Amino acid sequence: MSGPNDPAEVAAPELLDAAGREAEKAFAEAADLAELAAVRAAHLGDRSPVLLARRAIGGLPAEVRSAAGRRVNEALATIQAWYEARHAELTRLRDSVALRAEAVDVTLPWDRRPVGARHPLTTVMERMTDVFVAMGYDVAEGPEVETEWHNFDALNFKRDHPARSMMDTFFLEPESAGLVLRTHTSPVQVRAMLERGAPPIYVVCPGKVFRTDELDATHTPVFHQIEGLVVDEGITMAHLKGTLDHLAEVMFGAGLRARWRPSYFPFTEPSAEFDVECFACRGGSVGNPDRPCRTCRSEGWIEWGGCGMVNPRVLTACGIDAERYSGFAFGMGVERAVQFRHGVDDMRDLVEGDVRFTLPFGSEV
Amino acid sequence: MRVPMSWLRELVALPASLTAREVAAGLVRLGLEVERVEEIGAGLTGPLVVGQVAGFEELAGQKKPIRWCQVDVGEERPRGIICGATNFATGDRVVVALPGAVLPGGFAITARRTYGYVSDGMICSARELGLGDDHTGILVLGECADPGADALAELELPDAVLDIAVTPDRGYCLSMRGIAREVAHSLDLPFADPVERLAVERLAVERLAVERTAAAGADPVLPPGWPVRIDDPIGCDRFTAWTLAGLDPSATTPVWMRRRLLLSGMRPISLTVDVTNYVMLELGQPMHAFDRASLTGEIVVRRAVSGEMIKTLDGVTRALDGDDLLVSDVAGPIALAGTMGGASTEIGPFTTDIVLEAAHWSPPTVMRMVRRHKLPSEAARRFERDVDSEVALPALRRAAALLAELGGATDAGLTVVGSPYPRPHIALAAGQPGRLAGRVIPPAAVMRRLTEVGCQVEGEYIFTVVPPSWRPDLADPADLVEEVLRLEGYDAIEAALPAAPAGRGLTARQRAGRAVGRALAAAGYVEVINYPFVAEQRYDDLGLPADDPRRTAMRLANPLSDQQPLLRTTLLPGLLEALARNVGRGNRDLALFETGLVFRPGPEFVPAPRVGVGGRPDPAELAALDRALPAQPRRVAVVLCGQREPTGWWGPGRPAGWADAVQAARTVAGASRVPVSVRADPHAPWHPGRSAAIFVAAGTDAERLVGHAGELHPGVIAAFDLPPRTCAMELDLELLGVGDVPVAPTVSAFPPALLDVAVVVDDAVPAGEVEAALRAGAGELLESVRLFDRYADPDRLGPGRMSLAYALRFRAVDRTLTVQEASQAAQSAVAEAARRTGAVQRA
Ligand SMILES: [Zn+2]
Repeated sequence: MSGPNDPAEVAAPELLDAAGREAEKAFAEAADLAELAAVRAAHLGDRSPVLLARRAIGGLPAEVRSAAGRRVNEALATIQAWYEARHAELTRLRDSVALRAEAVDVTLPWDRRPVGARHPLTTVMERMTDVFVAMGYDVAEGPEVETEWHNFDALNFKRDHPARSMMDTFFLEPESAGLVLRTHTSPVQVRAMLERGAPPIYVVCPGKVFRTDELDATHTPVFHQIEGLVVDEGITMAHLKGTLDHLAEVMFGAGLRARWRPSYFPFTEPSAEFDVECFACRGGSVGNPDRPCRTCRSEGWIEWGGCGMVNPRVLTACGIDAERYSGFAFGMGVERAVQFRHGVDDMRDLVEGDVRFTLPFGSEV
Repeated sequence: MRVPMSWLRELVALPASLTAREVAAGLVRLGLEVERVEEIGAGLTGPLVVGQVAGFEELAGQKKPIRWCQVDVGEERPRGIICGATNFATGDRVVVALPGAVLPGGFAITARRTYGYVSDGMICSARELGLGDDHTGILVLGECADPGADALAELELPDAVLDIAVTPDRGYCLSMRGIAREVAHSLDLPFADPVERLAVERLAVERLAVERTAAAGADPVLPPGWPVRIDDPIGCDRFTAWTLAGLDPSATTPVWMRRRLLLSGMRPISLTVDVTNYVMLELGQPMHAFDRASLTGEIVVRRAVSGEMIKTLDGVTRALDGDDLLVSDVAGPIALAGTMGGASTEIGPFTTDIVLEAAHWSPPTVMRMVRRHKLPSEAARRFERDVDSEVALPALRRAAALLAELGGATDAGLTVVGSPYPRPHIALAAGQPGRLAGRVIPPAAVMRRLTEVGCQVEGEYIFTVVPPSWRPDLADPADLVEEVLRLEGYDAIEAALPAAPAGRGLTARQRAGRAVGRALAAAGYVEVINYPFVAEQRYDDLGLPADDPRRTAMRLANPLSDQQPLLRTTLLPGLLEALARNVGRGNRDLALFETGLVFRPGPEFVPAPRVGVGGRPDPAELAALDRALPAQPRRVAVVLCGQREPTGWWGPGRPAGWADAVQAARTVAGASRVPVSVRADPHAPWHPGRSAAIFVAAGTDAERLVGHAGELHPGVIAAFDLPPRTCAMELDLELLGVGDVPVAPTVSAFPPALLDVAVVVDDAVPAGEVEAALRAGAGELLESVRLFDRYADPDRLGPGRMSLAYALRFRAVDRTLTVQEASQAAQSAVAEAARRTGAVQRA
């Protein structure tokens, strides 16, 4: 038998082999990180067989030294790798036990911070406004208590004409003040033309308007409109049609037909009311009692708003050369848009402010 | 305007197969709003026959009159029928539904036992047949086919009625003549104007009168009628009158005319009234009949003089205004022009001689009278929209002919004074309609369309167009363009997008407005949109002092509810009512917000000037218009009550409190990028000890108060019936403004130095001031300061003392701070707090 310093014995393959096997076994038997730490010194510590062998290599004859060194290093690297693999495995094991112990019931509610919502009239109005902003329009605003001149006179509503009394106007006291609650957002168009002066003018005017209708399922004395006005050289009814088609497509989807019916507004000439094909049934409910449509009441069309070419008298009253410029204007009720876009049957729901009605609409529609 | 199809067919040669719905669709395409199509006599099946009352017996002992009638229905023996009406006599012809008939609404007629007799059929009222609402008695036919004849044919049943909403520009469509013209256009059918036919027809009554004049040795012309003078040609440019004598007061209106009146929504009254109404429906010209025997001297058209009175047909005595246009005679006013006749010349049941008036009244004049005297009528509705200025005479002749034929009137005399205003000559470039439509419309088509509507058109490239007398709405080239495009069809117009200039998107203020709404919604508030109408009482309920500017509110002249005549000067009343409404519906934990305008009139009343529309008003006029308006700032407000955070499995909840309201103000300010500061400020409607004023640019020359927040005063909570401790905030968004574009901070990568300091202050010292002092004293190394503890402990701190503990965080941009640097800065922060607030540092 040879002693430890025997060059033949130092780093003998059998010896390294045995050390490796013992290390592997010891590491594998370590049940947790603490046991692994406890057996580490015996196999990778200073007094471990492999490190003792490495220290002894220096005393070997030159001709065997490098081969022995290589063997020892390989053995050491292997044991080290076994150790690390086991260490990683035991760490994972420890962690998974700990995390399992921290498990919670993820289905518990957390409605601790109450949520709010914006009114669908606000968000739908913004949505419609944004369609025009994307086309390059400015957003114009104006007062809600308005002069009769802005609300009527400048828009070619003559005094003592039935068109003026048809508007169901709220007048302010004293009546000599000449003030009304605006009956439409058109006075904002007048203001836009007066403020901007020279065309091109592309504005959209969203806002609140007032008529003396009692509140019921289909009427409210305070409602919202969105109006558009374009004044430029060479503006035609074709431009009006294209613009309204675009809005309908954005709001209700592509491929819906539009229908125009001639109508009368003092501030546009020619004037039309425009309907959009019902986006819900696409006309399929007409004369088809088996498939009634709530959205269009089985009429196939949704009345959507009024429009027309700006009456040259209005341009003139606002200081715009009606010979050189033409324009179009259109307007629609936001309540209607909300009602048929979101299936609101009763106008009162939009008015009363019940949080149960508004909350599902969230902050954007 | 209610349009019976049977009448329409008399005026336009409609194909027999054309349904009322198809006619309606054509009218809609041309811009007439057909509100509905009523099927008359739908479901009505015979046998329905003409019957003649052979006699009857009034049954005694009944609660209401009941007649047991013997009715000849063309059979061998009369049938016995029970009838509850009394408006008929023996010999009258009536409509009898025989057993087996079914009336509208599925009402089946059988022979049935009642009042002790077997009633072998039913005598029908107009309403039972679906001919209008009249159920004051049964329908008496007058002259008609013999007993046993088919009553359905006699009554032209079934029929249909188009109910058309006429826009204010199309007064001519308030007549069968006008509607028939539009129907012809819509179907491309020829149209024969009944007025043109009248113009060439020589009426029998006229021939007789001329013959009688000639026989008396005078010129063979129509003799002059009642003398008439127009003193006010502005109010009346044409007055025609027909004098008729020898009218048979017992003459009744034939059933065909009554039927048309009923279907048109008018009640038959007497022959004279029915004829004037019938001609008004047919030709659009309202007329008025004066009792000739009650007239005294010349008829004069003039304005009223102050102090004059008239008793109108409705029995009301009215004081007249100097703007009222009158028909008067020597004795005084006899009619409000175009509005209502006077009682003194009213025709009665024995009137035989009448003066029939048909005039053209100025629309604004009539409209003002209607408004002043609150006297809307079918006649006034037509005059307000303007009546064909040339139709008075043809209509008068038509009425005279009917009265002569149906009422036996013999004598005749005609008065025609005034001359209708000349019609405009409008220059229209032939290419203009096409240019506006964005497509080519050949000049020939333009000319054809304008001629179709009755215009005279001359010229080749620039047309000179004279609109017809019934189209006073055609005054500008644009009006003519509309006619052309309407008749060509809007469907023919293509779709294209205009090339808008490159846009700038929303303004900073508009973006901030949206950001405020989103921030509040994200903070748990639900938006409501309230009416701006407020009850006067609400300003008391808010506990506002007598001189509070919020009490100065604008008042509606015609509020929907007398309870709410004022416009809001603050958003709070509406929001608090919405809160109470929600609470009433069982929603308990609530946070609401609203943004909107409030209306704050200035101290003095400035009426808006009358400004013309012939061109851009001058700057002084525009400024004067705007000065008449109240200030209308946009505001935002929140109200909240109940639990701000609910109780849950995590532990107890937290009630909404004043601090939430103040924080809502900070949330709004943050969304607008405007730093604000908060100070205690007792202010209605808040709890005096829990009311915060919100300031912008505090401590600078630009300092401004932008609103208040806190818990509401218990009195206000009681007055609005709100849950205890309800809180509120209201800010003026115009005053708040929008902050500058944010400048990026320098973010230091060096470690911070964290130091806590605790100070003791008198508990009257606001924490906000202590924090401001710490910030000021700490210098620029201070990164943040945060109050993390606050308590009172009289034993340890002394009574009325408060401990405030702050976490200070220091950091330099260019180096790691030394402990010494940080504690020096903290000490100078505490020193400044001591100087400003008397704060004493705790060990
Ligand atoms: Zn539908």
